[in-house]
Amino acid sequence: MNWIYNPWPWYVSGPMIAFVMFLLLMTGKKFGMSSNLRTLCTLCGAGKKTAFFKFDWKSQKWNLLVAVGTIIGATIAANWLTIDDSVHISQNTIDSLTKLGFNDAGKAYVPQQLFDLTVATPKNLLFLFIGGLLVGFGARYAGGCTSGHAISGLSNLQLPSLIAVIGFFIGGLIMIYLLFPLLF
Amino acid sequence: MKALSYLGIGVVFGITMFKSEAASWFRIYEMFRFDAFHMYGIIGAALALGILMTQWIKRKNVKSINGDYIHIEPKEKGVKRYLFGGIIFGLGWALAGACPGPMFTLLGAGFYGIGIVILGALVGTYLYGISKDKLPH
Repeated sequence: MNWIYNPWPWYVSGPMIAFVMFLLLMTGKKFGMSSNLRTLCTLCGAGKKTAFFKFDWKSQKWNLLVAVGTIIGATIAANWLTIDDSVHISQNTIDSLTKLGFNDAGKAYVPQQLFDLTVATPKNLLFLFIGGLLVGFGARYAGGCTSGHAISGLSNLQLPSLIAVIGFFIGGLIMIYLLFPLLF
Repeated sequence: MKALSYLGIGVVFGITMFKSEAASWFRIYEMFRFDAFHMYGIIGAALALGILMTQWIKRKNVKSINGDYIHIEPKEKGVKRYLFGGIIFGLGWALAGACPGPMFTLLGAGFYGIGIVILGALVGTYLYGISKDKLPH
């Protein structure tokens, strides 16, 4: 049972994600996490002024439950199924991150200088906020995120999803190659 | 009972996201640098099986547990919204190192800085909702 405490290899994780999508299809639903952001906006009252958020949030209750389950699952995994949560990324990646000033690359799950609220600088917190904003805006504009397009949409051989995934990579490459050296 | 099953599916997803390290900012950076196979293996394996499952459901007219035929809604045709929206999403994915699934994962794992990312994502979703009609789709 020791394997469960180690990071799961791609050939376990990938099929598990497909299995999650399959279970959702078999219950008559679909796999798409970013839709929850829209539902949360509606729950905050965004439907009063904007038609896009005017829908019965209860029709999406099932997906909010999946999100709550995700939070619970991650709590279980982080606290009881993990001994050492450092992520062993490749040496090339570590070297490049060290140059940018990320000294915990290879030793942590996420960079402390971004995600640890006790040490993160206001500048880095602003980056997190902007990153989230772009993800939220882009996911709704593109009609889906990684789960909706890269997994569900491509699984259904949808051309729009392929275009979206190509877009994900164009954006990601611009960010890390062109913008990271300016930001960090 | 139904509520419990969705919660359960989420639990499986949350454990997988955390243990696969797909929720790690470092793994996303590594992926965009093409420095390791890990993330491509995860997405590739999910996709290969996903295609088989989806095709099986469609070809065999499989019914869901509710007894209805499973209908998988095709995506609307178009290029602009997917390309522009995708690029904006990718910029954010690389910067925050988390897409929506991992946002919930990191919250559960206790990395509370993700709360700021989630707040940003809600604001971003709202901004799309109010500017939708002015954007090219």
